[in-house]
Amino acid sequence: MPEHTFRLNGEQVTVDVPDDERLLWVLRDVLGVTGPKYGCGINVCKACTSHLNGRAANPCAIPVKELRPSDEVTTIEGLPATVGAELHPMQEAWLDLDVAQCGYCQPGQIMAAVALVRRVGEEGRTITEADLDGIRNICRCGTYPRIRQAIRAGADRM
Amino acid sequence: MTTSHSDDKAQPFARRRFLGYVLAAPTLVTAAQLVPPSEARADIPSPEITELIDLNDVMTAAALPTSGLITVEVNPDGTVSFALPRTEVGQGITTSTAMLIAEELGIPLRRVHITLADARPELLFNQLTGGSNTTFSTYTPIRVAAAVARDRLLRAAARDWGVPVTELTLKAGVVGGPGNRSAGIGELSEKAAGVRAEQVSVRLKPRDMFTVIGKPHGRVDALDAVTGRKRFTMDLNVPDALPTMVCRPPTINGRVGSVANLPEVRAMSGVTDVVVIPTGVAVRATTFGRCIDAVRALRVTWRPGSAEGKSDASVLRELRAAELPLGLPPLTPSVEERFTFHFRSNSALEPNCAIADVRSGRAEVWSSLKAPIVAKEAIAARLGLPLGAVTVHVTEGGGSFGRKLFFDAALEAVEVSERIRKPVKLMWHRADDSRQGRTHPMATSRVRISYLGDTVLAYRQRHTSVATDLGHGLGEIFTALAARLPVGDIGFSETFFQLSQSMPYDFGVNSRLLSETDKGFNTGSMRNVYSPDVTCARELLVDRLAATMGKDPFRFRHDFLRDDRFRAVLDKAAEVGDWGRSMPAGTAQGIAFHSEYHSACAVLVEIDCRPETVGRPVRDGVAGPRVTRAVVAVDVGLPVNPRGLEAQMMGCLMDGIALTLTSSLHLEDGHFLEASWDNYFYTRQWNTPPELKVVVLPDSTGRPGGAGELGVAASMAAVACAYGRATGTMPTVFPVNHGTLSFEPKPTVPPVPASPVDGLDHVR
Repeated sequence: MPEHTFRLNGEQVTVDVPDDERLLWVLRDVLGVTGPKYGCGINVCKACTSHLNGRAANPCAIPVKELRPSDEVTTIEGLPATVGAELHPMQEAWLDLDVAQCGYCQPGQIMAAVALVRRVGEEGRTITEADLDGIRNICRCGTYPRIRQAIRAGADRM
Repeated sequence: MTTSHSDDKAQPFARRRFLGYVLAAPTLVTAAQLVPPSEARADIPSPEITELIDLNDVMTAAALPTSGLITVEVNPDGTVSFALPRTEVGQGITTSTAMLIAEELGIPLRRVHITLADARPELLFNQLTGGSNTTFSTYTPIRVAAAVARDRLLRAAARDWGVPVTELTLKAGVVGGPGNRSAGIGELSEKAAGVRAEQVSVRLKPRDMFTVIGKPHGRVDALDAVTGRKRFTMDLNVPDALPTMVCRPPTINGRVGSVANLPEVRAMSGVTDVVVIPTGVAVRATTFGRCIDAVRALRVTWRPGSAEGKSDASVLRELRAAELPLGLPPLTPSVEERFTFHFRSNSALEPNCAIADVRSGRAEVWSSLKAPIVAKEAIAARLGLPLGAVTVHVTEGGGSFGRKLFFDAALEAVEVSERIRKPVKLMWHRADDSRQGRTHPMATSRVRISYLGDTVLAYRQRHTSVATDLGHGLGEIFTALAARLPVGDIGFSETFFQLSQSMPYDFGVNSRLLSETDKGFNTGSMRNVYSPDVTCARELLVDRLAATMGKDPFRFRHDFLRDDRFRAVLDKAAEVGDWGRSMPAGTAQGIAFHSEYHSACAVLVEIDCRPETVGRPVRDGVAGPRVTRAVVAVDVGLPVNPRGLEAQMMGCLMDGIALTLTSSLHLEDGHFLEASWDNYFYTRQWNTPPELKVVVLPDSTGRPGGAGELGVAASMAAVACAYGRATGTMPTVFPVNHGTLSFEPKPTVPPVPASPVDGLDHVR
């Protein structure tokens, strides 16, 4: 089987899997990194949201062959290290507001939130209601209002 | 005795004593033996059955004989362990349980470790999570077990130090005594341990001494949740349990006829096994990605299912034919309406899943199960194994909403593992979960309210539903307690219906009846079960009646509610939500009320139905009317964790918004069209009210009522009432957008869509 190599949470990893294996299954089933969750497998629910070179990406829709050796994949497990702390400010905000209920979607929500705040910052503006309305991540427990609060609080600390 | 002398003086009447156990063990293990008898009485005739006994009472009464078996363990490291015989699926019961123990034992919350108990058949009915019953039924026994531990630790220290126990305190996990002596509970645990099982009596901490219960606490698993460390079933690493999926039929409950290319699929990259099971063709492979490819490659001839050829229209005809009559038109004025509620999915975000390892003469299963005893019995029966040879581990669930009362994936995993003699990690694809998973049954509800002048004379409701499968343990509870129920000889569903539905208004003679039809669907009790539909129909007609009488909807409800507790909740919602404020055309407020689980809830929402809002652009989603503001007022008696309660009400509101405005399954030619979260429109961020306030009313009864499902009914009804007032037309079909199909249905063969390959194009 072909070898594929990329950077995962700060380390170079190499896997022996078919070219078209989606990154989600490489992470979960091959490498045992289970923070990114399966919720649909078709890039709709966003439960697997992680970062590719710092931007929100959905591993369920990325064939592993498309990754370059220098591509940096960050999952929720690697998020705190990106700021050199025990927890990322967005995770702190999540704890302060006690956002999670069942918790299944929350790694994806947090990764989406961090990417959103970065993007909005690059555009030189602050988070708007429209930005929050545009988040597609499903939360079947309905934690949406606390997610909105937490993103604003987390953005202030980032 | 855990109480000091001064405590007793402060209370003229000695507090009630409870019996508990100290068990024989090397370190301190205590158990609760007694649940206070239910105060519900079944011997007083009354039109309101739920005033005498409701579903919570039945489930609590069922728990009585065995609650003594729940144990609190004090570990040498000063932590306390408790295996909760309930299932955490997001509702926050691990947190509230830890709070009960921390309160009674006098230790910091972080030192209480709650795990979920394996299936324990000896608990009989006392391991069913449902009916918002957990806190209601475990509130006393858990505290009793903790109080026995506290008592024993104090006595051990008193003996050691040769001082009276009344001179000792237990705070923050440390026993303190005269002369600044102190000892942690960990070091005392061995000395406090029992050499033989022993019954003891204790008093519980009085409510006015509470420092933990009733104060807001963050969830005990919050850190694990935000760091990705929280483990769900599919995250467990069971050796050799490889990913497994099932190729499912194109119609509901279709059966496998023949498979044309078994050898070809078995030879696919990564595939280890392909085997036919009753529900489809199972494939086991090195990754779920390989499973998806194999499922899509299978060429299967299918036999018909249990809903062949059926559609929304044909089921509606069945329902209409099964409707019980409302009776002759009354001689007095009346309002009357028929409401239709379409099929809805109770899929959680975590799909149905389970790990199974079936070997010769034994089986081991991991799954998030709210009725693990029933699951264990069913698995043992299916495998022909004695009950003791089957171990069922209960994992924390990624949501339930009624879905995890069933164990469809666990049974399938066992079927596959038994056939191939290898462990499997079985997961349903989202498309499977939506199309073949459990649904809330389609229903109609006819309501008639007759009145004369300012008096309401009678209320009649005839609810007709596709049959709800309650075969997850509630049926067994009802059977066991049948003789004690004041509902006569009626079926399980009707029993459940009568025990969960009630009339909060002073509406004269009232009756509510359920009739069911068509057992061909995979149904289940979705969050709040019958109540959202039944309440929504009632509250809409209450609005119509108020309008007919020329009364304000809030004032009308206020005047007709039968209970001061109910009125306080309604008034609070109206006050905080500024009921009656001036609103632009096309927008409106709506208010609704619901009581259940010994609790009460009122919801006020504001909705925007103006064309520019309804038509706002949303990619692959439904915009529709926007709930712009919501107030949820709730009285659950004693709120154990107000912060968790607020979270539950928030979720209930999101469910209610979805039920009224956007979420349903469309049945066509024997299958549901929805196969994705962009087909089934549960509330999304763009449907979420930008403003939400949850108001928890102070303790009104001294003990906790149910809460996990409480807010769904009033939320759904309030949104419907607001929609009716904003548009000038009372909605009668739910959700209101059901008539418009807002997506392109995915094919049914192959049953699951291919994973996309364009992820890099959408990085943002």
